[in-house]
Amino acid sequence: MTFDQIKSILSKKTVGIAGCGGLGSNCAVALARVGVGRLIIADFDSVSESNLNRQYFFRDQIGEKKTAALRETIRRIDPSVMVEALDMKLTAGNIPAVFSSCDVVVEAFDLAGQKEILIETMLKFFPGKPLVVGLGMAGWGKSELIHLRKSDNLYICGDEVSEISEELPPLAPRVGMVANMQANVVLEILLNSEIVK
Amino acid sequence: MQITLNNRIEELEGDRMTVSELLKVKNFTFKMLIIKINGKLIEKHQYDSARITEGDDVQVLHLISGG
Repeated sequence: MTFDQIKSILSKKTVGIAGCGGLGSNCAVALARVGVGRLIIADFDSVSESNLNRQYFFRDQIGEKKTAALRETIRRIDPSVMVEALDMKLTAGNIPAVFSSCDVVVEAFDLAGQKEILIETMLKFFPGKPLVVGLGMAGWGKSELIHLRKSDNLYICGDEVSEISEELPPLAPRVGMVANMQANVVLEILLNSEIVK
Repeated sequence: MQITLNNRIEELEGDRMTVSELLKVKNFTFKMLIIKINGKLIEKHQYDSARITEGDDVQVLHLISGG
């Protein structure tokens, strides 16, 4: 498949990204670069200095809402990508409405409790919709532990063991690996769905 | 009975058990889990009633923070 063919398929697709931190910001940028037509990004947080060790934001964006800052970065890469930036806290109540129009949804939260709510809600309301989860990417090294586990429409990217802590912070290389792995899985799902048709 | 647990064949005593019993036997002590039996989400309030039997495909996901 040529890049023009790939772009033509992806331009008609919508991907939802729940959370615009280390996973979400890097994953969104990768998907924008390959030409996904529409991105729905949701987060309630603002950019802070401590985010810059891994998240796709810049020093001059500190204080801005993450969704607005990420939309602006994507516009600078490719203004034809439609970005719906939702500055809101995702809950079990609003998740179904926010992501109902998506072909694929990416779970890109930080806290385990938020991941749990998103995965449970998506599996309950949209068991047929592909959901790509990031799980376990704190620290450095141990590249060989990062894997993809597939269970029906649920895709898990990460090492599933490295939880963040004071002594094991999330850092750009490993968070970026998982974020780009999630984007790679999304790409595979979207392109395969066209080949099957 | 034989089941598939996280894509690995697992031999367990007896011919049926609840999700709660499986979590105990396998020492899954994490509070935050996602559990699927044969592709179907098992909600927390079902852990004591949902049965696992011969040949079931069980997926257990430990949720940990980071992102």
